[in-house]
Amino acid sequence: MATSLHSNQISAGQEHAPGGSQNPVLVTKDSYEELEEDLSLDVDQSRPRHASGVIAEIVESRQHSEVDSNQNNAAVDYPATDQQVKGITADTNHLSLGDGQLTDESEVFVEEEEQRLRSGSVLQTVEKTKPAVVEEDIHSAAWKKHKKHIFILSEAGKPIYSRYGNEDKLVTLMGVIQALMSFVQDDKDSLRSVVAGGHLIVFLLRQPLMLVAASSTGESQQQLFLQLRYMYNQILSVLTHTQLNRIFEQRRNYDLRRLLSGTERFLNSLADLMDSDPCFLLTAVRGLPLDNTVRDVIGQSMQSAKVKDLVFAILIADGQLVTLVHMKKYILHPADLHLVINLLKASTSFETSDSWVPLCLPNFDSSGYLYSHISYLDDSPACLLLMTVDQMAFKEMENCKQKILEKLKKHNCLAAIKDSVKRGSYTCQEVGISELRHFLYKNKSTAQFTAPSWGAPYSDPAEQERLFSLYRFVHQKVHNPARPLKILFYVGSHESALGWITSGFELYAVFSPLTTKQVAILAVNKILKWIKKEEERLFILNPPEY
Amino acid sequence: MKALEAKVVVLGTQGVGKTSIVVRYVGKIFSKKVSPTIGSSFFTFKMTVDNYRVKLQLWDTAGQERFRSMAPMYYRKANAAFIVYDITSYESFDSVKSWVEELKKNVDAPLVICVLGNKCDLAEQRQVPLDEGVQFAASIGALFFETSALKNEGIEEAFLRLSLALISLSQSAPNCGLLVKDYDSSRRKSADIVTVPPSLKVLQDKIAEEDEEEFEEREPAKNGGCC
Ligand SMILES: Nc1nc2c(ncn2[C@@H]2O[C@H](COP(=O)(O)OP(=O)(O)O)[C@@H](O)[C@H]2O)c(=O)[nH]1
Ligand SMILES: [Mg+2]
Repeated sequence: MATSLHSNQISAGQEHAPGGSQNPVLVTKDSYEELEEDLSLDVDQSRPRHASGVIAEIVESRQHSEVDSNQNNAAVDYPATDQQVKGITADTNHLSLGDGQLTDESEVFVEEEEQRLRSGSVLQTVEKTKPAVVEEDIHSAAWKKHKKHIFILSEAGKPIYSRYGNEDKLVTLMGVIQALMSFVQDDKDSLRSVVAGGHLIVFLLRQPLMLVAASSTGESQQQLFLQLRYMYNQILSVLTHTQLNRIFEQRRNYDLRRLLSGTERFLNSLADLMDSDPCFLLTAVRGLPLDNTVRDVIGQSMQSAKVKDLVFAILIADGQLVTLVHMKKYILHPADLHLVINLLKASTSFETSDSWVPLCLPNFDSSGYLYSHISYLDDSPACLLLMTVDQMAFKEMENCKQKILEKLKKHNCLAAIKDSVKRGSYTCQEVGISELRHFLYKNKSTAQFTAPSWGAPYSDPAEQERLFSLYRFVHQKVHNPARPLKILFYVGSHESALGWITSGFELYAVFSPLTTKQVAILAVNKILKWIKKEEERLFILNPPEY
Repeated sequence: MKALEAKVVVLGTQGVGKTSIVVRYVGKIFSKKVSPTIGSSFFTFKMTVDNYRVKLQLWDTAGQERFRSMAPMYYRKANAAFIVYDITSYESFDSVKSWVEELKKNVDAPLVICVLGNKCDLAEQRQVPLDEGVQFAASIGALFFETSALKNEGIEEAFLRLSLALISLSQSAPNCGLLVKDYDSSRRKSADIVTVPPSLKVLQDKIAEEDEEEFEEREPAKNGGCC
């Protein structure tokens, strides 16, 4: 009985998951599958991990079209997702996810807080990365108290980055890490993780770099791996994989900090963001809530200003995606977009003037840069990024930006964006479910998520952090590779929570502590209905293409 | 009246004050919170000098080694360069020489070079003697000024002299790639006169707020008008 219900659910989830789209604006591959593949490469170093060669492909096709301009090189096949999900209708009646689907009889795994505490995943709060002034060394009490350390070093053991404290003073520690890793690596078996003194220590080897996280936050090995991978990608986004390799091939002992100077702030900001923003946990991007007619006008304005060699045009406001236009053949990975969002978050430099920045998007092509024209439109919170393969094309991008800006101004789109940012996300009350305190909903077919603002009782940052670690816990349980659960109901002293994964979505919902499983199940079905009703405002469903 | 359009690159080690100088000149402000440049930033500035309407396209670069791959973009069709060092750092002065070499390697057309020794308000920490700066600039035929973005010293003059040098370059070497057109000053739109870009206006407002909050005594900013 329970199993048949499940398979039923899965198909329902895929076809009718609110916020779904046949034209995903982002790559939708599950990041945990990706991680597994990625880690399996560690053992077999001969297989290439990187360099999609996409940039070379674009440059080549450009040269090709220059030779024979009659040939329409845009007629490349779109990676077919079309046949996958046919016949999605916006009809809410179609949403059979209703009461019949997830019922009380479904196989729901219930975990009590006691179990959770016993299993060692104690709730802990997170903290922000150092204000750089205080220098800590490994012996200071303050240094030891940090809940999550992140270290990056070269294979030769040279320190490159430490989240806390001056990495120079941590040379000994780095040496130990290096010795440990190379020892295990010689055994053709890479060191993955160690539990020591209440810390889970996770090692990630990405030649020529080694990355280590030491955490007492109760996060899983997988979650920490993903975070280390983000840190690694942040370095690639500055240097490219090609350049990084070349440097260490020439000089094994190279001090990478010289080349990375100024990158520390982005690494710090990324580490902090990962401790507070659910987008990393979900590998999904949050859309800025907007009337879909406004969003369409914005998309069309960006599309119609198209210039040669423009690969991606991205409009971001307040860390949320307004819309994105992409070259027909190439789709952006949400993890790459997270790096872009982090870039904007961590520097105010872009607010003062238009910038021209080489950016490597490691999931797109780790071998080269996309040259990015970055500008805030007028004095609005909307930041436009125009990414091209042509490093000389600043002027063309500048003109393109002007055209887009004029159109957006003419149609009052900037005002709409400003309003939406000012208003912030919707409150949980607006969803109209009394027991519900907060939720995260990710649609898998679009790699986008939505969540209400941090209203009461989570207005206090400390409470937000507590809630965030609860989400991490539930997330980790439903993603546990050894025992993946489709549904988890968790009962704690502060709140109860439900995690539910189908092939179409992931939903994490938090309720008042006395809420029963039955009530929670009714509530999540109501959440899904509400999201379905609001999906056009919350999700980017029809992104235009070039 | 004539119109002259020139591309000016601003070079120098990270942290010497390139962005502060440009923001001081274009935006008439100094912000302690100017954050390190990523890649490069682009500013435009218009002014009237000597019966010429001069439009400067300023390329403010990050000065970090890893952005050297962007060099061709900066140097292409450049007409002038500011090379900035920090008078409190001999190292930054040393690297001026390599910037000059790189310029010479990458730019064929004649160009105006102006060397700036910035942070001259920090006289007590000075490492580069004034003489040395002057002599070096003379040896490469460059203009030279010591400046302070903080105290707004020397910057107006440097930009003015650079513009004059560009004008005389356009006259003496008509094929140097400088864009010169006839300019009908009666057609001048009022929008032309406003030279502070909207983004810097926001920064100006922010600084005004900060100053009110901070109660800090501030140097009376000499508001050298130039249009
Ligand atoms: N005392 C002093 N500090 C300055 C001056 N110009 C810039 N600075 C400071 O030097 C640092 C680097 O300035 P910035 O403009 O970012 O340098 P850039 O990397 O060359 O663009 C900042 O902390 C500025 O506040 C100056 O004229 N005097
Ligand atoms: Mg700068």
